[in-house]
Amino acid sequence: MEMRKAYAATLAKLMEENKNIVILDADLSKACGTGPLYEKFPNRCFDIGIAETNMTSIAAGMATYGCIPFIHSFAPFVARRTFDQIAVSIVYAEQKVVIVGTDPGVWTAANGGTHMSFEDVAAMRALPNMVVFEPVDSTQLTLALPQIVECPNPVYIRMARKEVPDVFGSDYKFDLFKADTLTQGDDLTIIVSGINTPDCVKAAEILKDEGINVNLINMHTIKPLDKATVLESAKRTKKVLTVENANCIGGLYGAVAELLSKELPTKCDYVAVNDELGEVGTTDELKIRYGLTLEKILEKARNLIKEK
Amino acid sequence: MDTISRAKEIRRFILKSINSFGVGHVGGSLSIADILAVLYEKHMRVDPSNPKKQGRDRFVLSKGHAGPALYATLCSFGFFDESELLTLNKIGTHLPSHCNAVLTKGVDVSAGSLGQGISCAVGVALASRLAGDGAHIYSIVGDGETQEGQVWEAFMQAGFRQLDNLTVFIDNNGMQIDDVTNKILRMEDFEAKMKAFGFNTIRIDGHDHVAIDNAITKAKSFKGMPTAIIADTVKGKGVSFYEQMGVGNHSTNVTNEQLEKALAELR
Repeated sequence: MEMRKAYAATLAKLMEENKNIVILDADLSKACGTGPLYEKFPNRCFDIGIAETNMTSIAAGMATYGCIPFIHSFAPFVARRTFDQIAVSIVYAEQKVVIVGTDPGVWTAANGGTHMSFEDVAAMRALPNMVVFEPVDSTQLTLALPQIVECPNPVYIRMARKEVPDVFGSDYKFDLFKADTLTQGDDLTIIVSGINTPDCVKAAEILKDEGINVNLINMHTIKPLDKATVLESAKRTKKVLTVENANCIGGLYGAVAELLSKELPTKCDYVAVNDELGEVGTTDELKIRYGLTLEKILEKARNLIKEK
Repeated sequence: MDTISRAKEIRRFILKSINSFGVGHVGGSLSIADILAVLYEKHMRVDPSNPKKQGRDRFVLSKGHAGPALYATLCSFGFFDESELLTLNKIGTHLPSHCNAVLTKGVDVSAGSLGQGISCAVGVALASRLAGDGAHIYSIVGDGETQEGQVWEAFMQAGFRQLDNLTVFIDNNGMQIDDVTNKILRMEDFEAKMKAFGFNTIRIDGHDHVAIDNAITKAKSFKGMPTAIIADTVKGKGVSFYEQMGVGNHSTNVTNEQLEKALAELR
């Protein structure tokens, strides 16, 4: 299912149950998928117009009144343009607002560099109390949203808008603050968030055939990092590869490296954007352009294994 | 208390609290003392013994650096003890230079990064309308602050959504940190601009208590539009030597000697 359809359908249910939830958009309600909510809940949905900073502070003001606002735009406009509004109106003021940044990283495709956010994870991670969540598929997103509503902290969700492959089945149990181990192994830890997860599942299968057993962890919540899961796995495998659709600075790799360098120095490498700006292309072309492919994951994994 | 005595007490409290730290935002705090005195004495429906009371009116100091003026007002109305004023900006205080709703009883919204408070006030007004609780939302924006584009995003939203439960004061003291506002970036004509953004406008002498009182009464009864009260004020108002200091009074010292002289003028 399209992520935005799953998102809107789940939110519609949650809005029935919880009258405090309100929706704010900045002229991208159709793109972000909130459009149908405007018909169902006309009084609780606010299209603020093309004014993301205003939307952010308005949401914070509504939160002081007990509302639980969800604000939406493309990732750079709701997590980069609005950084001071998030830092002051939301985080400093201790208001719970859910910030939804859609089409992060290479998902931006033909909208190109101006609309492409590789730094949003690092920016949001640097704010105290912020929860940073990146769903893999519609099942995970659907299970996460009720927990996000209950979570007292502000939450940043970075998610694709359109169709993504399913990774999790109907028996999947989700905990916002607990990473999921997808395959178990003792040779190499791979920690992945979001879009690259299906490729990592494939990589684990291929590597298994080569005799390399991967402990594959989906880190859906990059902050707060599930430290116990990372440490347990790193201790066993002694080698860690992170994979993400974001800059190599300050994102998932940063989070893992920060933890391990202090608690358990471990040989690490990353598959991530190598501190570059965005540009146009299809998502698949951009994955090749920035080195976020299955082949790259395999190459880095094999290299890590070769190293003593 | 009559509003004249109240405004004097607020000014005395502002200067005492800034004196306790030594330096602070004197000019822009003194310029809004009369507005705050009349607003809290005659209009704000708040309960100092129950500062989070549901359905209360809300006040958002968008020009958050005038925190000492709001603290002085809240203290004067019994939200907290006078001794607390002397903790201004000391480590661990409940009274930081810019307003923090997490720390201070009676402060409804944190503000200080200019331009954001008024957007928050619009959000508060929207949420109050959604709740249908009849609260009125007041906000003070600095004239210099209106150079922030976000302020106009907030204004156009309030006008478009016909937020008649929102009253915005523009503290038009004509000065900002670097110089007089007209030399940095002229923002007048406020009446024409606010009308164009969908506001009912009232222009007053921001130190005339009858005018302030009448303007708020009119604003509350006006339906279908938010109201902008453009209050022409004097930065440093009420203390002769701070008024004469001009632009330099934005952030300045309050020495013991200056405090004594000021208090003599504010008897």
